[in-house]
Amino acid sequence: MSGPVAVLESAGSSGALLVLSIVVPVAAALVAFVAGGRRTAWIALAALPVGLAVAVAIAAKVPQTGGALVYLLGGWAPPLGVALRADGLSAVMLVVTACVVAAIGVYARADFRVAAGAAEERAPFTFWILLLGVWGGLNTVFLAGDLFTLYVALEILTFAAVPLVCLDGRAETLQAALRYLLFALLGSVLYLAGTTLLYGAYGTLDVVLLSRLVTAEPAVLVAGSLMTVGLLAKTALVPLHLWLPPAHAGAPPAGSALLSALVVKGSFFIVVRLWFDVMPGLQSVAATQMLSALGATAILLGSVVALRQERLKLLIAYSTLAQIGYLFLMFALAYDAGAASMLKGDALAGGMLQAMSHAAAKAAMFMAAGSIYTALGHDRIAALAGAGRRVPGAVAAFALGGLALVGLPPSGAYLAKELLLRSAADTGQWWWAVVIQAGGAFTCAYLLLVLARVLGPVNRTATADETTDETATKRGRVGWSQQAAALALAACSLALGLVDWSAWLPVPPGTRLSSSLVDTIAAAVWPVLAGGVLAVLLGRWTPPPRGRLQQAAAALGPLRRAGVALGAGFCRADAFLRQWPVAGLSLLALAIVFGAALSARY
Amino acid sequence: MTIVPALDLFVAGVVLIVAVWTVVARDSSSAVVGFVAYGLLLALVWVRLGAPDVALTEAAIGSGLTGALLIGAAARLRAGESSTSAEHLGGVGRTLVAALATIVAAAIAVALLSLPDPAPSLAPEAAANAGATGLGNPITNVLMAFRAMDTMLEKFVLVIALVGVWSLAPDGAWGGRPRSYHRADPEGALVFLARVLPPLGVVLGIYVLWVSADHPGGAFQGATILAAMWLVVLMAGLGDVPEVGRQQLRLMLVAGPVVFLIVGLGGLLLGGAFLSYPQDWAKPVILAIEFAMILTVAATLALLVAGPPERSAEP
Repeated sequence: MSGPVAVLESAGSSGALLVLSIVVPVAAALVAFVAGGRRTAWIALAALPVGLAVAVAIAAKVPQTGGALVYLLGGWAPPLGVALRADGLSAVMLVVTACVVAAIGVYARADFRVAAGAAEERAPFTFWILLLGVWGGLNTVFLAGDLFTLYVALEILTFAAVPLVCLDGRAETLQAALRYLLFALLGSVLYLAGTTLLYGAYGTLDVVLLSRLVTAEPAVLVAGSLMTVGLLAKTALVPLHLWLPPAHAGAPPAGSALLSALVVKGSFFIVVRLWFDVMPGLQSVAATQMLSALGATAILLGSVVALRQERLKLLIAYSTLAQIGYLFLMFALAYDAGAASMLKGDALAGGMLQAMSHAAAKAAMFMAAGSIYTALGHDRIAALAGAGRRVPGAVAAFALGGLALVGLPPSGAYLAKELLLRSAADTGQWWWAVVIQAGGAFTCAYLLLVLARVLGPVNRTATADETTDETATKRGRVGWSQQAAALALAACSLALGLVDWSAWLPVPPGTRLSSSLVDTIAAAVWPVLAGGVLAVLLGRWTPPPRGRLQQAAAALGPLRRAGVALGAGFCRADAFLRQWPVAGLSLLALAIVFGAALSARY
Repeated sequence: MTIVPALDLFVAGVVLIVAVWTVVARDSSSAVVGFVAYGLLLALVWVRLGAPDVALTEAAIGSGLTGALLIGAAARLRAGESSTSAEHLGGVGRTLVAALATIVAAAIAVALLSLPDPAPSLAPEAAANAGATGLGNPITNVLMAFRAMDTMLEKFVLVIALVGVWSLAPDGAWGGRPRSYHRADPEGALVFLARVLPPLGVVLGIYVLWVSADHPGGAFQGATILAAMWLVVLMAGLGDVPEVGRQQLRLMLVAGPVVFLIVGLGGLLLGGAFLSYPQDWAKPVILAIEFAMILTVAATLALLVAGPPERSAEP
């Protein structure tokens, strides 16, 4: 052809896999849209294994290329054309996404079924198409090699994710969805503004070409801070989280799983691309420390507020807030002040592994919470006793998913924690090691709080509530496939630490669970103990009226009162930050502070 | 100072004044009016900047269609406007917002002024490669060849957005028709316009697409004109919105991306790249995609304005 020849390393026919990875969900969504009725679900379910197979094939190919699998769309090379690129990070995210989407699909079959006698129904039709839309958007995020293609991917993701929040049509979920839509669009606009500036400065939006061109100019620094803050708003990093708790807690279980496990990872992944691939040499100590400090704040705020929740779904939503914070700890650890650049090493690998583990574990937990809600007719934490007998699989999935999040060996989060701790030790940043350990303990605290209720004796007062509730809410039956899907994901998250990731993530070969038995046991025991203490001090629980526990609780008196006061303070802080004007001000302030931090070096 | 720069300065000043007025307007209807005027003025600015394609899009989408949506939204919100401001901002907060926004705007201004002049551009390269498609308008080449993937995915965004709007329907109305418009006075101006305008508008819309091969125009701009014609007919009560459950309608709504995908995969199967066009057939193939797209975009835009189904399907 007369166009420019493929100057960038193109991978021949296997590159077409990248195209398929985007085309499969997109085409399935379009066909399902026309087919309608019961066929919508079947088309979506048929696409799941195909997409999973494509993702696995890409992950198998990427290590053989030695760098990235590249595909030039239309045969046009960048900067004129756009390329799709799959590096190790894209490959693992593609596979994890396909697995989680597949499990959610299996789980959602029972919830989004067209009723007998109806030709087509609103909720099933929209859910299946939006599921495919989210999937297609995410795959585009992972593969796009161009900042504008990434913008289009973000738009697909946002427009597919927002309606999932209000599928049940209640006024409060509509409000949550509107909040999400408006704030997410604000994030899109900031990202697009930054993209425009970069094109104005360099005449290309290709990630690789840009990374060779960028220097510390005003346009680049302004673009970098606008894009980062826009993406943080979409990722709901504290203090830009006003939309997340009501949206993630209000959506139907399959929707919550999709939003919490995957959708926020899309914008997070673009932050990683931007900081590590587009402008790794333009970051500064101030900017990276600040980003990670926001992460630490998110861990603290999200965890404490999670401990104070009355409802299981809100607790899991606040847990997501905290876990998003965990993802941003890697930025401070990956910055090498000597080389004045972001380094791809242990910290990046740890952060990505944390993102993958959280995706699988959090989806499992939201799905399990949905099953528990269906079985009991409510999700009040105080009255969860007896759930273990009704839906044992769901409770096991919740517990295993939770343990995987805490970072108990051999979970992916454990390996992630090891990598991040190693990186903190190597770079001499002990304060992040403290945050990392505290994060694990906090996760354990809210997990213990829930498990103590589920497995504990039936609380008399709570049971009384439950019986009055029963007239209003209907208990339902939960099929085995729903519990199995959640359990399988939880098990995946728990086993992620056993894989040698060196083919995909920037870690030396053979990096996997390496510590001795004693270390392993210590790693398992101490977060549980610390978490127990935190749960007792800060958690929402009432001492039983009589017995030894009552005396123990009385002995705790002043400490407990201080803990409850602290928790209430955090809840007030959270409510304050989640007001529109405050979130808007935070957005502007963060953009300015990031700009200042980025230019501080020059 | 000659007359042309003076006019430019005047337009720029008016744009700024209208923008400020839109932001500070007390009620939403005046803000919408300001927004529509702002969009039209911006279109003028784009013409002066030598970007007629952007000007057409700005006038059609940014001002016209968005304006229509916002007028509808403002009308529906009017009753509850006072109750929506629970999280309002005090005087200190407003000052703070103004200060921070000014700093951000100043930073963007500095960044813009620091951009290299002449700007690095792909325009010469785009023009040099026009031979591959046989189309003379470089913007159409960018949209349909060099960055065809983005264009295809944007049409997918439209479908997803429409599904999102439909998802707000009451369960009982699923598969039915969106809200109907009040029947207009059969002797009134609207009905007269709805009879006179569409024949011209349809020709104009298709013309805007047809000339886009070599001149400013395009499927999106043409589709907006078609959508506007359809909406005028609906508002005049001369036609009704179709039932969203109709399969023909759904086929029309996905025609654009589907034809795009088929051509893309065809390129892959014929030994070329995904979304590459056969050398001698590039122009007709691209025109075929654009005609499918104009149908899809026009129908989607009109249905986005029409809103979710609210009347249940007829048995």
